[in-house]
Amino acid sequence: MDAVLESLPDVFKAFGYTVLLFLVSGVFSLIGGTILVAMRVGPISVLDKAAATYVTLVRNTPLLAVFFFFSFAAPKIGINFKWVDVHIGTFDFTSFFSTAVVSLTLYTSTFVCEALRSGVNAVPLGQAEAARAIGLPFTGVMSQVVLPQAFRASVPPVASALIALLKNTSVAAVFGVIEATAQMKVMTNNNADERWGIFIAFAIGYVVLVELVSLVAGTFERRWRIA
Amino acid sequence: MRFIRTKAMVAGLGLALSLAACGDAGSDTESVDVEVSEDASFDDGTRMKELADAGTINVGVKYDQPGLGFNETGSDMPTGFDVDIAKILVASLGIDPEDTSKVKYIETISDNREPFLQEGKVDLVLASYSITDERRQVVGQAGPYMVTGQQLLVPEDSDAAGPEDLQGKEVCSVTGSTSLDNAKAEGMKPVGFDTYSQCVDKVLDGTVEAMTTDGTILAGYAAQNEGQLKVVGDPFSEERIGVGYSKDSPEMCQWITDTLEQANEDGKWAEAFEANLGASGVETPDFPEMDACES
Amino acid sequence: MAAEVLFDAPGPKTVARHRIYTIVAVVALLVLVAYAVKRLYDAGQFEYALWEPFVTPNIMRAIGEAWLDTLTMAVLAVLGALVFGLVFGIGKLSDRKPVRWVSWLVVEFFRAVPVIMLMIFSFYAIFNSMSIEDGAYWSVVLSLTVYNGAVLAEVFRAGVNAVPRGQAEAAYAIGMRKSQVMNVILLPQAVKIMIPAIISQMVVALKDTSLILIVFGVGLTKILKSLPLSFNNIVPTTIVISGLYVITNLALTYLATRAQKRFVGEKEMLQVSNVAEPVSNVA
Repeated sequence: MDAVLESLPDVFKAFGYTVLLFLVSGVFSLIGGTILVAMRVGPISVLDKAAATYVTLVRNTPLLAVFFFFSFAAPKIGINFKWVDVHIGTFDFTSFFSTAVVSLTLYTSTFVCEALRSGVNAVPLGQAEAARAIGLPFTGVMSQVVLPQAFRASVPPVASALIALLKNTSVAAVFGVIEATAQMKVMTNNNADERWGIFIAFAIGYVVLVELVSLVAGTFERRWRIA
Repeated sequence: MRFIRTKAMVAGLGLALSLAACGDAGSDTESVDVEVSEDASFDDGTRMKELADAGTINVGVKYDQPGLGFNETGSDMPTGFDVDIAKILVASLGIDPEDTSKVKYIETISDNREPFLQEGKVDLVLASYSITDERRQVVGQAGPYMVTGQQLLVPEDSDAAGPEDLQGKEVCSVTGSTSLDNAKAEGMKPVGFDTYSQCVDKVLDGTVEAMTTDGTILAGYAAQNEGQLKVVGDPFSEERIGVGYSKDSPEMCQWITDTLEQANEDGKWAEAFEANLGASGVETPDFPEMDACES
Repeated sequence: MAAEVLFDAPGPKTVARHRIYTIVAVVALLVLVAYAVKRLYDAGQFEYALWEPFVTPNIMRAIGEAWLDTLTMAVLAVLGALVFGLVFGIGKLSDRKPVRWVSWLVVEFFRAVPVIMLMIFSFYAIFNSMSIEDGAYWSVVLSLTVYNGAVLAEVFRAGVNAVPRGQAEAAYAIGMRKSQVMNVILLPQAVKIMIPAIISQMVVALKDTSLILIVFGVGLTKILKSLPLSFNNIVPTTIVISGLYVITNLALTYLATRAQKRFVGEKEMLQVSNVAEPVSNVA
């Protein structure tokens, strides 16, 4: 554990990147997942099919490959994130951070989409029928009756997708972001005799983060539960 | 072109040869012809004698550094400067270095070279293995057979002339190499990638300002992307590339040193350099002065 | 929820409007795809030389072998995970508090730690004396065994709990012992419910085999890393290798759906959440 204690600032900074990757990609994934699920349940069948194809393709592709596309293929067609050059304190948000956010978002959105869809499916059919019966239009049915209930029902699966995202931020280690896993690898390399201690220290870091997200999810679930 | 390619594959040399011919691959990896020593004789009780008698040897090399130690997908014979030097050493034992049933070229990465030597999994390591005092505590290192230094590879239109122009800027190298630590010490922000070619991609598309590692490796990529990339700056580190052997057999040092001196005298060393690294427009350097072996 | 319930059968105006939306959407999607393809084409990514490796016999053979490696890693990991999951899943249902606690701790730990970190650790600290290729291979198998095992432990627990209570009660009533109830009554029924979830866990394992790239490429990831070194074709290689993963996974998903229909009927597939199980459930 000595190695970890000696470079505590580096360790905290690395976990800082992990948390930031999680938060930024998490927000974008919720937005992306909502757009995808709107396409899937909406009336335009082309959009439904496009979204379904996208979700199926991406869900079956390794996240690593998604990262490969955005790190190496996207720049070749002019999509790069060189214009991102923000520095806050000692944290750098450059193209590497952005590439990681985009890859994580595009990947996690599909899981959020499926989670939200399972929420929509969980709303009993009678609810929508009743809403229709009292004359609500599509938007009314969705916004007043179906979505509020679907939203509650999808808290656990969405939380599950977000926890997966939290762990998946570790893939950014392969693509130039010095987040917790990258830091752990560097330290594992440099301190051959302390590999167990280093592993356990970083593992505890992740366990704490996952428990935190679980705790928040649990609180929301209890608060929004329909009595 | 097609003919060359087929022939190269049949010959088991891999494809890089033909690709170099059309100019889009890394370095020319045509192998050096080495003569298998007919009259190899070593004193009884030496490791060389054991190896020569057994007729088999394990050599640790890199598989992912074109020009130094590189194995084509689908091939079982790596190529490169390190590999050619290894072949010269193997041949001097009277073992045919092209016969992969006798010589095993085992892939090593930065992290496992010392353990592999200590545990006898490999008899020799030629894997861009820098000689350092720390390493000499645990394994034997003979040489150097090449001296190189860390430089910068930048786009042709870049104004950067050295580390001083890239303070606080992102530069790319491969993870697990000392290059990243050196770059940090020079005030640059190192970004680690998996292979050098991924780094080159990042320099070409402008994501990072420069790539940094040993000058010999950079020169290869500069030649491959002529007109787009250039090598700049004085070396800001000195890497002395040597041959690793087990500390249990200190007698190997003298044999390695003598064999390499011999390879220099009969021109095989220069030939190996030109065949693997010279094609990239690098002048063949003088053979470095080798460290004396502790007796 | 079926879409028909959400909105009225469209009238002529709505139909016309939807048609316009459809056309706009199709055009937008086509433009997007065409733009990407055109840019890739302009960047020379469709030149034959970059794709030729994929029809070259010895490279095709290498890719085939790599694919087999990837598949066997995933299969071995899921087999190992079944054992791991069974042990700790049943451990979590134990009547003995310490057993329940230890099982809970192990399962929660391995569910929370990123697989990539497990791989780094096993590569450097456990399999460091093997050849790197073997070391990487077994690091993948071990890491995915414990991770998927932790997930499957939850699947087992949920599966056993999904067997109607009356079954266990009836078994106890006819005088069966605890272990008999578990082995003869509960597990056989639970396994049936779990088969699809187990197969879909294969998809997760197969995708995760790629993460070993952080220390060393093995299986399809090895091709992803090494082929572009020879041919400077990182984009084509990424497309082809991703395609192989997707096709394999789709085949597995198809199997899972078939298994679902065959063994469980049309009920929903057993889902296991990533959300950590609260300590209170253990005590």
